[in-house]
Amino acid sequence: MGDNEICFETDDRYNAFLTTCKKAPHGPGALAGIGVAVKDNISTKGIETTCASKILKGYIPPYDAHVVELLRNSGAAIVGKTNMDEFGMGTTTENSAFGPTLNPCDTGRVPGGSSGGSAAAVAGGMVRMALGTDTGGSIRCPAAFCGIVGLKPTYGRVSRYGLVAYANSLEQIGPMGRTVSDVSDLMQVIAGYDRRDSTSYDRPYTHIPCADINGLRIGIPRQYFGGGVDPEVAAVVTRAIGRLEGLGATTVSCSIPSMEYALAAYYVICTSEASSNLARFDGVRYGPAADSKKPWHEAYQEVRRANFGTEVRRRIMLGTFALSSGYYGKYYAKAQVARMNVKQDFARIFADVDVIAGPTMPTIAFKLGEKSDPLSMYLSDILTVPVNLAGIPAISVPCGKVNGMPVGLQVMGRPWEDERVIDVAFAYEQECV
Amino acid sequence: MAEGQVIVGLEVHCQLDTKSKLFCGCSTDYRNDGPNTHVCPVCLGLPGTMPLLNRCSIEYAMKVAKALNCTVLAESEFSRKNYFYPDLDKAYQITQYDKPLAEGGYLEIESDEGGEKRIRITRVHVEEDPGRLVHMGNAERGRYSLVDYNRAGIPLIEIVSEPDMRSPREARKFLNKLRATLEYLNVFDSEKEGSLRVDANISIQGNERVEVKNITSYKGVEKALTFEITRQKHLLRRGQKVERETRHFLEARGVTQSSRSKEQEHDYRYFPEPDLRPLNVQSWVKGIVLPELPDARRERFITQYGCSLNHARTLTGDLRLANFYEEVVRPDMALAALADTWISDTLIGELNYRDMSIDMVEPASFTGLLGLLRGGLITDTSGIEVLRVMLDQHLKGQPCEKPLAIVDRLDLRKVTVAETTGTQSEGSVPDLNPVIQSIHEVLAMQPGAVEDFRNGKKGAFNFLVGQVMKKTRGCADPAEVNRLLAEELKKKEE
Repeated sequence: MGDNEICFETDDRYNAFLTTCKKAPHGPGALAGIGVAVKDNISTKGIETTCASKILKGYIPPYDAHVVELLRNSGAAIVGKTNMDEFGMGTTTENSAFGPTLNPCDTGRVPGGSSGGSAAAVAGGMVRMALGTDTGGSIRCPAAFCGIVGLKPTYGRVSRYGLVAYANSLEQIGPMGRTVSDVSDLMQVIAGYDRRDSTSYDRPYTHIPCADINGLRIGIPRQYFGGGVDPEVAAVVTRAIGRLEGLGATTVSCSIPSMEYALAAYYVICTSEASSNLARFDGVRYGPAADSKKPWHEAYQEVRRANFGTEVRRRIMLGTFALSSGYYGKYYAKAQVARMNVKQDFARIFADVDVIAGPTMPTIAFKLGEKSDPLSMYLSDILTVPVNLAGIPAISVPCGKVNGMPVGLQVMGRPWEDERVIDVAFAYEQECV
Repeated sequence: MAEGQVIVGLEVHCQLDTKSKLFCGCSTDYRNDGPNTHVCPVCLGLPGTMPLLNRCSIEYAMKVAKALNCTVLAESEFSRKNYFYPDLDKAYQITQYDKPLAEGGYLEIESDEGGEKRIRITRVHVEEDPGRLVHMGNAERGRYSLVDYNRAGIPLIEIVSEPDMRSPREARKFLNKLRATLEYLNVFDSEKEGSLRVDANISIQGNERVEVKNITSYKGVEKALTFEITRQKHLLRRGQKVERETRHFLEARGVTQSSRSKEQEHDYRYFPEPDLRPLNVQSWVKGIVLPELPDARRERFITQYGCSLNHARTLTGDLRLANFYEEVVRPDMALAALADTWISDTLIGELNYRDMSIDMVEPASFTGLLGLLRGGLITDTSGIEVLRVMLDQHLKGQPCEKPLAIVDRLDLRKVTVAETTGTQSEGSVPDLNPVIQSIHEVLAMQPGAVEDFRNGKKGAFNFLVGQVMKKTRGCADPAEVNRLLAEELKKKEE
């Protein structure tokens, strides 16, 4: 083994990885020699990138995502590609074409999703940090379920170039790690402007976490503690917020009335964008080849029917319907209005408070196979999707346990104040760990 | 509007002549290279790639919008047009939908009744070109298609007109004027294969309209529309209805053919492209400077060079022709009038006959030729002959002689009495003026015609003039031949 390679031979009991790089090169820099796992929907030059879908089996990108370039430049070793719900569509990582990932805290339970592989790789001690992506909670949910830290950055803070798009207007790549410091260090590497992503901004992140939150005003939305949220989870989170008060923060109760429509709006927008993004997977350029003997449209149908999973096909059809002429105004346009309302609700609350806090997920990690009907799975995203609709930063930090399973405290901040949510999480972590 | 009136509206797609593609850095200069050599992850639509807007293409499009008297919208937006087709790598085309770059302009053309006519422009928007399918094999066996993505992502501008044209001829004129305007703006190269595509909407007043797609040439537009009008009128005459449908133009056969009805039912599911920010170009508008456009140049040609309206229209209707004209007359403004007719009438005809482009003619040589004509050194007939030699030499790749050299080699100098008296001083045997000599020969050979002339037949004189012109191979001045022939005939009578 050369000096510039690390040996990564992990015992992957949780099916966290889809691909591992046994000899991962690294170099000098901020993350020199640190093994980082990368979610399988982020393009890695020369390393298979499948999005946990059969339709991309065998696809080896000829280019690196912007964040992967940055990781390599920082000296990190990319040790593997992690399992996920196919194309990010799910909350459990059970929707992977290559089998579910198991929760290292209890292998009878799901790790959450869709970045379940990244969360399990960190929680299982296989890597110190990992990249996930968050479209409607896909970083924060598995972080909460597996008892690690995960940050969904402000929309535009991290380049999406190279992230295989699921719902472009909602998703961000973000850091996951055991500690807030690790998450902050990884964020420092991946944040910043990239001209290839027209939605990215020149907002580099050069922050050292600071535990002083004296005088901080925390908004507590009643919707985050209402019906549908497991009272035990709510109690753990309430206690955690009490700890923050003990550190000098004050709490203010508030309300996000637009949450009533947030979930519906979210699912209309993400499925609409997905139906368009996933249309390119037709068997012509990558993945299992289309039958060239058949008329092209038949061959397309065959390839897509055979290689997309059930949930992906469902969302493609929902999105196709929502964008259809005659329905666009009823669904897509209305969802955009609801989205604006969510944004405005947050803006109004943030005029008064510095951060908003609540549980990340309404429950602890589900048992494998527990969420068999899609609707109840969609409902579990209710506390995470408002953040994506508004494009604001949010972090999930472990804050206790229910039935031996981790619970996540979610801290949401004003746009571009990723530093502040890091600090609040850091203050909690320093106080309680 | 009169019953039975033809109504035509056009949607014109032109490739903008930028150096790189609309959303990536790939070169647009793909025509001489192998398939899939001008591609990158972005224009191949590889998973994870994102479009990066080429500023230059928007500036070009804004020039067009301004030249077409359109209003550039304060905020425009790119949208996705979703449909499956093997040449469309992302399965959607990034285009503009409900917020186009510009709206509400017009272009003036010469109407069929003469005079200027305004064709209103509905909108101008920017979009990406898809790739291209190359069909291989034949109908019997081995039929398959290959995809070439070199064209994918080439910037296109779509110009949509109102249904303001009343004939295929007007449609052709609109296109020619549009082409000239785009070329004056230096944003479009009409010589590049496939750089123009037209969809035409056509109806007979009071009936359904038909969309004809797939027209790829200027002549094709006139042909397709003429065919379609005949077809629609036939239907109506037989008491049938014109169906609202999309038809394809088959250029080789000159006919339109109904597309499968499924194609009309396309639901493109447009929605705003989430990977691009809205386009706010209001602040650029002032920076967009337009060069002199065809109409202004036409007026200038009339006032500055004294061109006739028709010639000025012809000359300025093509950027290169207009530039050629000005190059030719620049060394000698006195040639302006001569250049006007010689270029508009003679040169264009000779070029068309040879399928040559104006670029192949050296302006200086043409100035030289006009100089010889104006100086009276050669006749118009010889001038045409010299021009033909010049063009043929170029066409055959031979070394190009100067006009004067051609005149001398072919002995085309105009022969006059004055000239021969000049050369007699060389001490050579004084011979008769070649014109007079030819006259003598003709008179000797055509006693019948001479007889007829004497008997008062006017036609006989003209016949004799023709014979003399033939003998002098066009080098004689017809007026002089007339005069000398009359003199000689008179002498003979005496």
